[in-house]
Amino acid sequence: MAFKEVIKRIRSRWMEGAGAQSDVVISSRVRLARNIQGIPFPHLISKEDADKVIQKMEKAIKAIGEKDLPSLTVTSLSELDALQKQILVEKHLISPLLLEKDQKAAVALTDEEEISVMINEEDHLRIQCILPALQLHEAWQIANQLDDDLEKQLDFGFDDKFGYVTACPTNAGTGMRASVMLHLPGLIMTKRAGRVLPALSKVGLVVRGLYGEGTEALGNLFQISNQITMGRSEEEVISNLAGVTQKIVDHEREARTVLKKELGIHLEDKLWRSYGTLRYARLIKTETALSLLSQVRLGVDMNIIKGLDPRVMTELMVMMQPGCLQYIMGQEMDAGMRDVYRARLLRERLKIDNT
Amino acid sequence: MYCQNCKERPAAVHITKIVNGEKSELKLCQECAAKVQGETFNWEPHFSLNNLLSSLFEEADSTVSFAPRAGKQQERCNTCGLTYNHFRQTGKLGCNDCYQTFKSQLSPVIRRIHGSDDHTGKIPQRSGETLQVKKKIEQLKGTLKELVQQEEFEKAAKARDEIKQLEEKM
Ligand SMILES: [Zn+2]
Ligand SMILES: [Zn+2]
Repeated sequence: MAFKEVIKRIRSRWMEGAGAQSDVVISSRVRLARNIQGIPFPHLISKEDADKVIQKMEKAIKAIGEKDLPSLTVTSLSELDALQKQILVEKHLISPLLLEKDQKAAVALTDEEEISVMINEEDHLRIQCILPALQLHEAWQIANQLDDDLEKQLDFGFDDKFGYVTACPTNAGTGMRASVMLHLPGLIMTKRAGRVLPALSKVGLVVRGLYGEGTEALGNLFQISNQITMGRSEEEVISNLAGVTQKIVDHEREARTVLKKELGIHLEDKLWRSYGTLRYARLIKTETALSLLSQVRLGVDMNIIKGLDPRVMTELMVMMQPGCLQYIMGQEMDAGMRDVYRARLLRERLKIDNT
Repeated sequence: MYCQNCKERPAAVHITKIVNGEKSELKLCQECAAKVQGETFNWEPHFSLNNLLSSLFEEADSTVSFAPRAGKQQERCNTCGLTYNHFRQTGKLGCNDCYQTFKSQLSPVIRRIHGSDDHTGKIPQRSGETLQVKKKIEQLKGTLKELVQQEEFEKAAKARDEIKQLEEKM
């Protein structure tokens, strides 16, 4: 059970989830951009006004109390040390841009971290709800509820024509960005991704892959999000994204069936070898670990590798990053040392439970 | 093959980026690649919409030839002091009121990006109160028309009263 307890302390709810389509969809996220009337947007904001935004937010949260949603705690970025900040970025709870705002920025989080609000990032508020698996509608409902609650306390900037105003006019309107994180090894291995993914831009969606070394998109991970924030309602955008995601899930599953049929024992061999490397390596880089982890996850989701919890794979994706890794090991490390400890973390967490 | 970034060291790493399903490849040396990637992977690399924005504005500026161009760059928001020129450079507006100040310039650009420049989504209860009433009136007028066509005169009268009430409220 090494590392399990310490990991628990920094785990977010979105990493823990089984749920609908969790063999392909890792997480669902909805973000809403909001600004407070009468205060310049964060890129022009003074320290006094920035503090004012944080105070208004603290007051609003207090007034809302714990009604329908778990309560939020506001923390100024200046109260956090470098490692804590890095861990929040690695868990996708805050953006690197928020870190740059440093003294002027704050973050509000729930205990389980399914809701986070970045304060004074590009906009005064970026309300975010992130849930495991395909739960876009649920994430929207939670973000929407919090937005309703906050709106009773704060005067949000709203234009009769353009909708919610945002620092960057490309986000105006709904101010909403919804996204899913997908694991698509089947589409990549069958070389079908090029057929499926480019079509998404025609329905107002954007695909992003992770940066990778040598190979294709790193860890076969993709993020799909809406581009359009004007002229469509939030529900329309969410339904569109959820519908398209379901179609991609179907394509991915079909591709996995084809792989199994055509490669048979060769596929099993490939996936188990990836497991073997992760289980016994003494040195491992992030890129390598991510792509091997993708293979192992595929093996687990296809029932080829048994006895491993797929949730551990999501957790490891996050925990192998420098900040989390140093937290788990309880020490600072240079890049070389991290490769050693990353291998150790993976070895421990990927032991197959035979009991 | 030399590194595409520093052009000094041999390229050792190929970085594949997929944006909008389009693949682009970068060939970099170890040092430069480490800088680009880091170990922390990021879903939102600093890809810049600003470039896209400024090219769209250039287009908009050149097509709206009937607009008085002189002095336009210096046009300024009374509330926050942001100039149109500054906005063009950064892609960011300064405050709520900028949306009214630069309305005519914003509309065509937002239309290009989103296919529409009219918000049809959520309306906040308080800051959007008048708009909510306006939309409700529009909706009721549509219902009224249908009711009249269907010769549902009693219900139509009710709808008419409701519209009247709302209009008085505004
Ligand atoms: Zn170089
Ligand atoms: Zn302004």
